[in-house]
Amino acid sequence: MAEIDAIKVLNEKCVGCSLCVKACPFGAITMEENKAVIDLMKCTLCGACAEACKFDAIVIQKKEEAPEIDLSAYRDVWVFGEQKKGKVQSVSFELLGKGRELADKLGVDLCAVLLGHNMSEECKGLIARGADKVYLVDSPKLKAYQDDPYTSVLTELISKYKPEVVLCGASTIGRSLISRVAVKLRAGLTADCTGLDIDLEERLLLQTRPAFGGNIMATIISPNTRPQMATVRHKVMKEAEADPARKGQIIKEEFPDETYTSRSKLIDMIEEIEETVNLTEADIIVSGGRGVGSKENFDIIRELALTLNGAVGASRSAVDADWISYSHQVGQTGKTVCPNLYIACGISGQIQHLIGMKSSDVIVAINKDPEAPILSVATYGIVDDLFKVVPLLTDHFKKILA
Amino acid sequence: MKIIVLIKQVPATTDVKIDPETNTLKREGVEAVINPFDMYAIEEALRIRERLGEGEIVALSMGPPQAEQALREAISMGCDRAVLLSDRKFAGSDTWATSYTLARAIRKIGDCRVILCGKQASDGDTAQVGPGVSTHLDIPQVTYVKKIEKIDAASATVERMTEEGYDIIETPVPVVLTVVKEINEPRLPSLKGKMRARKAGIPVWTAEDLGCDEGKIGLDGSPTRVVKVFTPPPREGGRVLEGEPEETSKELAGLIKDIIIG
Repeated sequence: MAEIDAIKVLNEKCVGCSLCVKACPFGAITMEENKAVIDLMKCTLCGACAEACKFDAIVIQKKEEAPEIDLSAYRDVWVFGEQKKGKVQSVSFELLGKGRELADKLGVDLCAVLLGHNMSEECKGLIARGADKVYLVDSPKLKAYQDDPYTSVLTELISKYKPEVVLCGASTIGRSLISRVAVKLRAGLTADCTGLDIDLEERLLLQTRPAFGGNIMATIISPNTRPQMATVRHKVMKEAEADPARKGQIIKEEFPDETYTSRSKLIDMIEEIEETVNLTEADIIVSGGRGVGSKENFDIIRELALTLNGAVGASRSAVDADWISYSHQVGQTGKTVCPNLYIACGISGQIQHLIGMKSSDVIVAINKDPEAPILSVATYGIVDDLFKVVPLLTDHFKKILA
Repeated sequence: MKIIVLIKQVPATTDVKIDPETNTLKREGVEAVINPFDMYAIEEALRIRERLGEGEIVALSMGPPQAEQALREAISMGCDRAVLLSDRKFAGSDTWATSYTLARAIRKIGDCRVILCGKQASDGDTAQVGPGVSTHLDIPQVTYVKKIEKIDAASATVERMTEEGYDIIETPVPVVLTVVKEINEPRLPSLKGKMRARKAGIPVWTAEDLGCDEGKIGLDGSPTRVVKVFTPPPREGGRVLEGEPEETSKELAGLIKDIIIG
């Protein structure tokens, strides 16, 4: 809901075209006597209506806050180097790719920050992928991720070196950690960005993210606070290429013991690898939905996946029917995937499923229903019986790959 | 033992369709529901109370006055009482300001041992508010909890879902736990619960009631600003292959061959 006077319709300019009604993602605008009327209870001041209005009839007044901090004291672009079992995760290399671009635009250094134990070798990998500096905090107490010590160390490092941008993977670890750091630093944080750019004039990070299941994109800034913090999901950005000849600086930091204190205790880490290919890492995914019809029929999906050396995915209805386990579920309440090829078999394509897979490079949809929403996002569609098409496709590829 | 469940009212997106002409969500008649992930948090709170044989569960939400409906639903499932945070001054809050406001309310409710919420909300998808609340309260957190192995008034042992499997974590209480779908199957409201929910008085707390620092709430208290909203360009190149299964499967194999051999 919006404050009174925060948004106004200028009745003398409004022509009653109702473009704003269509543009409003929140259903907050109605036409009354040929003029737009905004329901402030529903309005979130997102600005979609003002953007859509061709007559400048909607004005949004955002109160300008006086900057409390010296923004110019903040420089450099940082990437949080996420490590598991001593290995830097690929999402961090993806962020270095984008981070390099942003740092070059700003004319500053790209720095990686790495917390862990015995990580010297991994620092070289971060430099090879574009980091000018690596801030390394090496302690046995940082060997595996824990909320408290990681939050304290990262907060202290940022307070000391004052980066203007901090990027972090939107992983389980990244989301848990960076949300805490942002609150401690009173910094703006934008989740799951799909686009990052720089407004050079204001030195602002322009953070674009999907809203409402990707039907609307929003660009977000943090004008008065620093650092500007953003998370990006795995596989959204392109991984930086490694150049072993690149040179960079490793800066080792140490902290007093209390900085590493953790209130909670990590007792054990259990790995459950069900599939040979991890769904979120897979380059090819074959998914089945309600149209597959039974647990047994999923073998058709599995066989195509196996032939293509891909992973098996599923829609929520297939998981809810108990045909396949939850770990295979793609979509809003399951996993977000971004493979090179996504083959959806017997999946109608409810919005919740589309959210989880629509950034795949190539989407194939095989569905009996010509009206199925999945066909609207598919690169190639086949409107036919999946029990005929999928086995034939498997046969073709067995021959091609033989 | 007092348990607070944080819930958010969101559009019931299960029925939302894309308008093929305007490429936007068809929102007419879309009802508002409790964020699906928060349903698991409510259920888990009920199970903790059942397990311990005692306890009081308070459902807490921040939103417009109509969010009261979500809180009534929480009571109908079995929560003991509910509090709504609603004030024009909260308008435009981002995750920083929201977690600050919720933390103020949790302090006001007082003496709470466990704070539960869904891992994220289905409309914003940020997963930032749970960790934000734990930070404002300066208490531990465990995110992505898929099982509570043990819990009492002093500590909890829980399983945190990771990309590879899960971690087993022991934490002192008070603690913030954000939960995933795998943790349980939420129950349906009972008839008795529905009757109770209808009669329940739900207090509405404002910024003044919470003693909020005005610079930390609403749009002014939010570090982030939305500067532009736009419709993404539609996906290009969509083509439906025509013919008998033998022909279409062969054509498709030819079209995607390069990706597979890649």
